[in-house]
Amino acid sequence: MRLQLLALLSKEPAHGYELKQALEQVFGNAYPSPNIGQIYVTLGRLEKDGLVRSVDVEQSNRPNKKVYYCTAEGREALDEWVDSPTEGPRVRDEFFMKLVLAPMTGIADRMALINRQRRHYLAVMRDLVELAQQSDQENRPAQLLIEGAMLHLQADLDWLERCQEDLA
Amino acid sequence: MTIASAPSAIHTVNLVKIYQTGGLPVHAVRGIDLRVEPGEFVAVMGPSGSGKSTLVHMLGGLDTRTSGEIWVDGKRADTLTESAWAILRRQKIGFVFQFFNLVDNMTVADNVELPALLGGASARHARERRQYLLGELGLTDKADASPAQLSGGEQQRVALARALANQPQVLLADEPTGNLDSRNTRDVLRVLGEVHRQGQTIVMVTHDARVAGLADRVVTLLDGQIVDDAAIAAVRRRPKGGAGGVVELRG
Ligand SMILES: Nc1ncnc2c1ncn2[C@@H]1O[C@H](COP(=O)(O)OP(=O)(O)OP(=O)(O)O)[C@@H](O)[C@H]1O
Ligand SMILES: [Mg+2]
Repeated sequence: MRLQLLALLSKEPAHGYELKQALEQVFGNAYPSPNIGQIYVTLGRLEKDGLVRSVDVEQSNRPNKKVYYCTAEGREALDEWVDSPTEGPRVRDEFFMKLVLAPMTGIADRMALINRQRRHYLAVMRDLVELAQQSDQENRPAQLLIEGAMLHLQADLDWLERCQEDLA
Repeated sequence: MTIASAPSAIHTVNLVKIYQTGGLPVHAVRGIDLRVEPGEFVAVMGPSGSGKSTLVHMLGGLDTRTSGEIWVDGKRADTLTESAWAILRRQKIGFVFQFFNLVDNMTVADNVELPALLGGASARHARERRQYLLGELGLTDKADASPAQLSGGEQQRVALARALANQPQVLLADEPTGNLDSRNTRDVLRVLGEVHRQGQTIVMVTHDARVAGLADRVVTLLDGQIVDDAAIAAVRRRPKGGAGGVVELRG
């Protein structure tokens, strides 16, 4: 969550609760709602690393609130983040390990492994389809995230098919 | 063996198809035993050339079997003549081909209504069903067009509407979403989910995991044989509320 918070703070200073609300508004339900404790812990770490600073702002008849802002160092970290390419989806997943080790060690039958995995992916896909239907169509980040997950899953299934063809 | 009160919608026994065209014989389907119960949605998957189209074509009587048995709704069907198959299809089977097969010199509306009319529906009922299906599939404004004027994805949806027009006992479909973008696939998914909930039996060849995910069961072919046939179970970690679950699902 570090860099999301830093990005929000680079736009304007804010206190913890405002950041929580901003995250919820931007991502909708596409990401699990962040809890406020986590946000304060993360802000504390960012401050320790010099990426943000905070000032106490006095409030009438309420305790002071801490307003955070992004430092020059923070801005640099943010630039580095957006400028570097993002890691692609994992290629060597756990299933791949099982598939390779199965014939070597006799721990499992590869055909059965592939079949079970296919049915699992399809079950996950079914949940994604349901989620997409239940989620607000206007919440574009949520819909795009679900669609991305579906496309990854489709690729995984196509790959399983390739693995199975190899066994034939 | 199950003791079911209603006969299976589809049942095959050691079904075999060997194509013999010149050169070497091609063993496209090699001994398939398949049982589909009324109301079941079965997805057929498998690599290219594994025999999926050959199988569903035989189930719809569009291709003859080399040996084995095909039973439709409790009646032996593989021994039927071509004209008897045509009648059986009209009464009980909706078919969506991999390459659509729409009639170009008829409007989209007539293409969809025709099977219902042939099946004995009243003109009014056929029209209402057509309006409902074209509406659900986002094709209302194409009703008066000729299929030749439509995109591949649109033709595919018309073919699905046509196959469902008659509320057939069994819907057989061969890659019905191959040409669809994600919005159109969403419409097709909704319609399939809806007719399935209403009890439509479906046997569908598909590579599309979104479509296959709707099925109760997935049958996987490899080299003309069934290598997997089992229910799609619910995932253990069901996402709770909201798309936030996506992240956890893939976690
Ligand atoms: N009319 C035909 N004459 C000769 N061989 C055929 C004929 N139709 C299909 N085949 C062969 O039978 C095998 C199974 O073909 P089929 O069309 O059933 O595969 P499929 O699983 O539907 O593939 P795809 O995913 O590409 O549609 C293939 O080897 C194919 O070349
Ligand atoms: Mg095919």
